[in-house]
Amino acid sequence: MTSETNLDLLDTDPVFQLKGGMLTMTVLELVHLAPQRFAIQLAEKVEQAPNFFQDTPVLISLEKLDDNLDISGLIALLRICRDHGLQPVALRGAEQFRPLAQQASLVLLPPGRNRDKIIEAPEPAPQPVAQQAEVASVSAPQPADTTPTRVITEPVRSGQQVYARGGDLVVLAPVSAGSELLADGHIHVYGPLRGRALAGVRGDTRARIFCQSLEAELVSVAGQYKVAEDLRRQQWKEAVQISLEGDILKIAAL
Amino acid sequence: MAKILVITSGKGGVGKTTTSAAIGTGLALRGYKTVIVDFDVGLRNLDLIMGCERRVVYDFVNLINGDSNLNQTLIKDKRSDNLYILPASQTRDKDALTQEGVQGVLDQLKETFDFIVCDSPAGIEKGAHLAMYFADEAIVVTNPEVSSVRDSDRMLGLLSSKSRRSEQGEKIKEHLLLTRYSPERVENGEMLSVSDVEDILSIPLLGVIPESQAVLKASNQGIPVIMDDKSDAGQAYSDAVERLLGKEVPHRFLEAQKKGLLKRLFGG
Ligand SMILES: Nc1ncnc2c1ncn2[C@@H]1O[C@H](COP(=O)(O)OP(=O)(O)OP(=O)(O)O)[C@@H](O)[C@H]1O
Ligand SMILES: [Mg+2]
Repeated sequence: MTSETNLDLLDTDPVFQLKGGMLTMTVLELVHLAPQRFAIQLAEKVEQAPNFFQDTPVLISLEKLDDNLDISGLIALLRICRDHGLQPVALRGAEQFRPLAQQASLVLLPPGRNRDKIIEAPEPAPQPVAQQAEVASVSAPQPADTTPTRVITEPVRSGQQVYARGGDLVVLAPVSAGSELLADGHIHVYGPLRGRALAGVRGDTRARIFCQSLEAELVSVAGQYKVAEDLRRQQWKEAVQISLEGDILKIAAL
Repeated sequence: MAKILVITSGKGGVGKTTTSAAIGTGLALRGYKTVIVDFDVGLRNLDLIMGCERRVVYDFVNLINGDSNLNQTLIKDKRSDNLYILPASQTRDKDALTQEGVQGVLDQLKETFDFIVCDSPAGIEKGAHLAMYFADEAIVVTNPEVSSVRDSDRMLGLLSSKSRRSEQGEKIKEHLLLTRYSPERVENGEMLSVSDVEDILSIPLLGVIPESQAVLKASNQGIPVIMDDKSDAGQAYSDAVERLLGKEVPHRFLEAQKKGLLKRLFGG
């Protein structure tokens, strides 16, 4: 700790700044109060992707909870979470939970707007993966956080793979059978799409695929996929967009 | 400025060597000093098709290793003073070619020749890679069937990512040569059409060489088929050479032969 002299106190140089920030966070949505089953099921999830759960902040949503929760129940729950590496930082639910949140030294957030997306544990989780509810904090102006879109102007040939890490992928040329497009965000193909296209590869379920002629070997959004055999049944060789509705891939004319 | 032209395909047996011999000869006959280099180490074929197999003393690998010099190794064609052949070794395996070695030989050839035509081996391994690595232009030889087109597509990907030009941020000029084309079989739906292949590969069409008896006949005699100017394949190769040199020549041999009047009247 630095000790400040009286003189220092006159210094008007700001010692902090208020900034706006958006962060995505894992939401643990509790449905039943069953501590033992909770412990078993959580252990299974952690088993699938240990890195994913290491020191992961979570928001515990009580909006769907159909049992009564008291402070001892909550404390038991928090302990199980922490035992598995999760760091509960807040509760989310109606005003009635405020005393409970205060007793457990957690923040109470108002009910969400149903925008949360279900996440499966990521397969070979490279890094903690993308998540759910957006928690917006107080905003002071700051530059938008954009990731550059990757733009490809040459044909993507058989055997080639193009990955737009952290953003969207735009291809202004044909995409051959035997090639593969990957993006953390959306994929746009202004030409025939004959290879594979995987959007939202790190779990972004809002990612979409747009193409001028759907002739793909496989399309996938956040891990939900369809192969050519299924794709041929509808809108084959047409301009379409592909998006996820729940866990169904929806293909719609453009 | 010398131009390095690679004849490549990915898939084997599609007509690369036939094309190398025809195009190389066609360029020489039009006055360009041309050498055809056989990169197919271990499976030498070019000298047979060029009819010079009995005059091979030294080969590409000898030249790289410094066992022979350029004058000793190049074989002069009997038909054209402008044409030379650099034969491949039949006894070495393909690891005998190295990138530095190939570069050294190509640099020497560039001093004397207008065109250096590289006959690539099949596949996408080392030999094919070395044949295309230093190229300025590529003729991608494709047969009108799915697996050949797929392999050509793959080779186009390598040309645009694993060649010296691509490493320097430049492009290799790409040409599509569709060979063994049979309009009758296209009409019967047994083969892809010119437009199907153009649609998939989306590179400019240099020519369409029909499936032709003349090719086998010519290679048995050791004469490049382009010398047979009565044959459809020979004429199609000549057109392709003209286009390579920048002339606009309409494509021929794309339609099935029309039946004659008598045949049409009386069935055929
Ligand atoms: N237009 C044609 N019409 C008929 N036969 C052809 C034609 N072009 C090539 N062929 C035949 O196809 C066979 C293969 O030709 P060629 O040796 O030129 O192919 P390649 O691509 O060099 O093969 P490799 O991959 O083994 O080097 C030969 O028997 C040749 O006579
Ligand atoms: Mg050959």
